[in-house]
Amino acid sequence: MRPILMKGHERPLTFLKYNRDGDLLFSCAKDHTPTVWFADNGERLGTYRGHNGAVWSCDVSRDSKRLITASADQTAKLWDVQKGAELFTFKFDSPAKSVDLGVGDKLVVITTDPFMGLPSAIHVKRISSDPSDQSDESVLTIKGPQGRINRAVWGPLNRTIVSAGEDAVVRIWDSETGKMLHESDKETGHKKTITSLAKSSDGSHFLTGSLDKSAKLWDIRSLELIKTYKTERPVNAVTLSPILDHVVLGGGQDASSVTTTDHRAGKFEAKFYHKILEEEIGGVKGHFGPINALAFNPDGKSFSSGGEDGYVRLHHFDQDYFNIRI
Amino acid sequence: MAFDRPDSAPNHQPGKLRWGELDEDDGEDLDFLLPPKQVIGPDENGIKKVIEYKFNDDGNKIKITTTTRVRKLAKARLSKRAVERRSWPKFGDAVREDVGARLTMVSTEEISLERPRPPGSKPDEGKVSGDSLAQLGKGAVLMLCRTCGKKGDHWTSRCPYKDLAPQTDAFVDKPPISDVPMPTGATKGTYVPPSLRAGAERPAVPDMRRRNEENSVRVTNLSEDTREPDLLELFRTFGPVSRVYVAIDQKTGVSRGFGFVNFVSKEDAERAIMKLNGYGYDNLILHVEWATPRVN
Repeated sequence: MRPILMKGHERPLTFLKYNRDGDLLFSCAKDHTPTVWFADNGERLGTYRGHNGAVWSCDVSRDSKRLITASADQTAKLWDVQKGAELFTFKFDSPAKSVDLGVGDKLVVITTDPFMGLPSAIHVKRISSDPSDQSDESVLTIKGPQGRINRAVWGPLNRTIVSAGEDAVVRIWDSETGKMLHESDKETGHKKTITSLAKSSDGSHFLTGSLDKSAKLWDIRSLELIKTYKTERPVNAVTLSPILDHVVLGGGQDASSVTTTDHRAGKFEAKFYHKILEEEIGGVKGHFGPINALAFNPDGKSFSSGGEDGYVRLHHFDQDYFNIRI
Repeated sequence: MAFDRPDSAPNHQPGKLRWGELDEDDGEDLDFLLPPKQVIGPDENGIKKVIEYKFNDDGNKIKITTTTRVRKLAKARLSKRAVERRSWPKFGDAVREDVGARLTMVSTEEISLERPRPPGSKPDEGKVSGDSLAQLGKGAVLMLCRTCGKKGDHWTSRCPYKDLAPQTDAFVDKPPISDVPMPTGATKGTYVPPSLRAGAERPAVPDMRRRNEENSVRVTNLSEDTREPDLLELFRTFGPVSRVYVAIDQKTGVSRGFGFVNFVSKEDAERAIMKLNGYGYDNLILHVEWATPRVN
């Protein structure tokens, strides 16, 4: 395959997200401007100007009309996807790291970093259908985990919230009461910072990637550890194929040590693993830096990766990919 | 689209004799005499060929080949909303740029999903070498003495010529660091020249080194997965081996694709070169030669 290279960002990529129809791709980077691209040919559709800090994460509503972004400028912003206009700003007292819309797009979970003595927190906000009566109030705030919470997503039917972060523990919270329901085991769980978390397309299980050079597959209801994928580089990004039993891990050595080692030793590939057999299927090379973001098109026929090098690489699979047999 | 129809005239002729009320004509009555219709493709270029046989007016059998190109509509089931979005005007920083601006480009490089190993091969490399060991145990080379090279008589440890043979302690050629006396004053943090470092070649065994050089065989075009034990496994069959070395890239930890094997006797080395030069190993063809150019 010949990937499409998109050089719209001047700083490292942080997050990629497809809309539900798979025709738009949203990219977030450490420059302040989230960007939307056409997912088939990589043409830039527009940018969302207004943030004043690195944008860490985004989510798009099911009808592809609203975009919500979380930024290090201590805000999360709600945007009109088509016009690029800013609709609302949620203000926080510390940088916002991750954002995830619940089923129905009425609720959003936003995580904030520990900052100036404040602990990290998970905030649940209500999104009103009319942006003019949108409120800044939190429905629920969860505090407790130590260190940064790198990702928090909704569980089935918005009943739970799954969070993971720097303390290497995966937690499941009750989204009504804010009580912790499950916590991953120290023995079987990750040993280092969990950098990424991705749900399967049916939402029954999720994958976490960690700097301990492994990725783990968990049941979203019972937090049972299902599979472990071992690799030889820190994992910064994970995604699951919606149509095949494939998981993709992206990563590479720390950005700070890139210049001191040989480029071949960097291992900046997107690695494909078989979800069930835990066996490596192959790797897709191309980035000149660690892969920070990965996303699968909902049709499963293409995926994109965003790297520390500032590029988004959009890969449409060849037919061969679908014929791979282990 | 290309049509190649030698005869496309309709098959029905009103003048001909009809003996039934069937609305079929003569040609079709005799269809059972004709070879069946053949459909070839569509191939990877979307070219589909249909070969049919018919009788023409004169009752001659004719072959009709129809070549068509089948083209699949890309994104046939794109949602209505997605089609609508396709025509959205650009906004933000994208307003000023036209279609196919410099921001987006197609990689000039063909990127493929690189398989960790050829499909169908065994997942575990160690298993393969284990198998060959097992084969050695079962097969012709049942017992091979590494000291005298005698087959099927005794094991190396029971060799009657053990004391006569030179010490082949090659596989412990890097003594444990603690055993090597550190040069005086070499404390942690001070610079020690490589020649004085632990594990460096001692000039104390010059005759050993010369012997090594004499029967040293260079092996090139090794696959990246080949490690010293693999090479030993391969060369051991020709006679006692005193040293195996595979060059490893210090930065990447990957084999650089060449190595050296030292034999105890020159004849064995010669035989190894004869046999293994051009030998297929790990889907690469080995190149085996003397490490140092021969004098004559």
